[in-house]
Amino acid sequence: MYQFNYLKPTSLSEAAAILAGNSDAKLLAGGQTLIASMKFRLASPSDLIDLNAIPDLKGIKVDGGTITIGAMTRHAEVANSAAIAKAIPALSLLAGCIGDRMVRNMGTLGGSVANNDPAADYPAAVVGLNATVNTNKRKIAADAFFTGMYETALAPDELIVSISFPIPKRAGYMKFRNQASRYAIVGVMVSDGADGVRVAVTGAGPSVFRVPAMETALRSNFSAAALANIKVPADDLNSDMHASAEYRAHLVSVMAKRAVGVALG
Amino acid sequence: MAIALKLTVNGKAVARDVEPRRLLVDFIREDLRLTGTHVGCDTAQCGACTIHVDGKAVKCCNMLAAQANGSDIVTIEGIAKADGTLHPMQEAFRDNHGLQCGFCTPGMVMSAIDLARNRKDLDDETIRAELDGNMCRCTGYHNIVKAVKAGALAMQG
Repeated sequence: MYQFNYLKPTSLSEAAAILAGNSDAKLLAGGQTLIASMKFRLASPSDLIDLNAIPDLKGIKVDGGTITIGAMTRHAEVANSAAIAKAIPALSLLAGCIGDRMVRNMGTLGGSVANNDPAADYPAAVVGLNATVNTNKRKIAADAFFTGMYETALAPDELIVSISFPIPKRAGYMKFRNQASRYAIVGVMVSDGADGVRVAVTGAGPSVFRVPAMETALRSNFSAAALANIKVPADDLNSDMHASAEYRAHLVSVMAKRAVGVALG
Repeated sequence: MAIALKLTVNGKAVARDVEPRRLLVDFIREDLRLTGTHVGCDTAQCGACTIHVDGKAVKCCNMLAAQANGSDIVTIEGIAKADGTLHPMQEAFRDNHGLQCGFCTPGMVMSAIDLARNRKDLDDETIRAELDGNMCRCTGYHNIVKAVKAGALAMQG
């Protein structure tokens, strides 16, 4: 890996100031993607800003109808949180099937969401549960956050502080995973809450997307049967050695039906 | 700019200067000469480099030494007793012949100890699912699963 400077700020404002003053700096959360990318020399930041010593980025809070999770919360903490399991069991399940146990002990919510890997699980939760991404500058709605493959609405000097998930009436996540990498070949989050029904798909396209036809069908009849005849076009879906676009399109329907089943318990 | 690293490794205080880009696994293997922690894939998939950092199993090929500053690290060398008595999980791997070439074994054992500490309901299916971050290319896993089950029971006992 190329050389870099390592910095470990202890406050949000300090981290933001370093980031604002250096366009080649990168934030280090759990490092489960970034360190690997740096080892391959696919990333060569001048400075790494380790966020691990900033208390404001940690913690899980339930406040009325919303659960807010700090950006530096590890996947294992989300998966094992009793508060999250009670409020949004689908979110616990999703966090518990990211990578493997050792990766979950390091990887973070904020890191995954900011990286926006097309096959990551968390983007499906953020969009599927209509979450709000709270940054050091503003609040960004889920639908406006993920803008393309590895692209987000975050400004170069902006960092995620926490993510607020409204607690839905019911929700389910189902993932068809790559056996080797454990990433989602297709993952679907379905939720039914105050903001209506949402169906968000990860792994299938360049970035997470919603399926309006499924949402409409589920709004009048929240059951797997309501999705029986809804197909997703394969045109813009990913095609690689693991799965063709057509196969991914098929999997979207299968995973969506199963996710509804999970939501219905 | 070197980083003044201070941490505890297998119960002993360690202080060393490292480059920011030093991986934790290289620090452990090359600087500390604790070569029981293995590098298999070097891409955080195989689990041969699994160690405990502050009580949690992590893959140290995918972590900077700098990230472990101030932490308490336990490697495979640190789990047996000072008199050489094996850790119950190590003993279970021996009893059940949970290895062939042994390359993956340190990572398997460290991962299994973490699993046994956090889950009490370990049936075969759960063990197989939870070991998906550790790969073995010899055994076919049957004896590893038996070993983890026996080791977990012994740890409770």
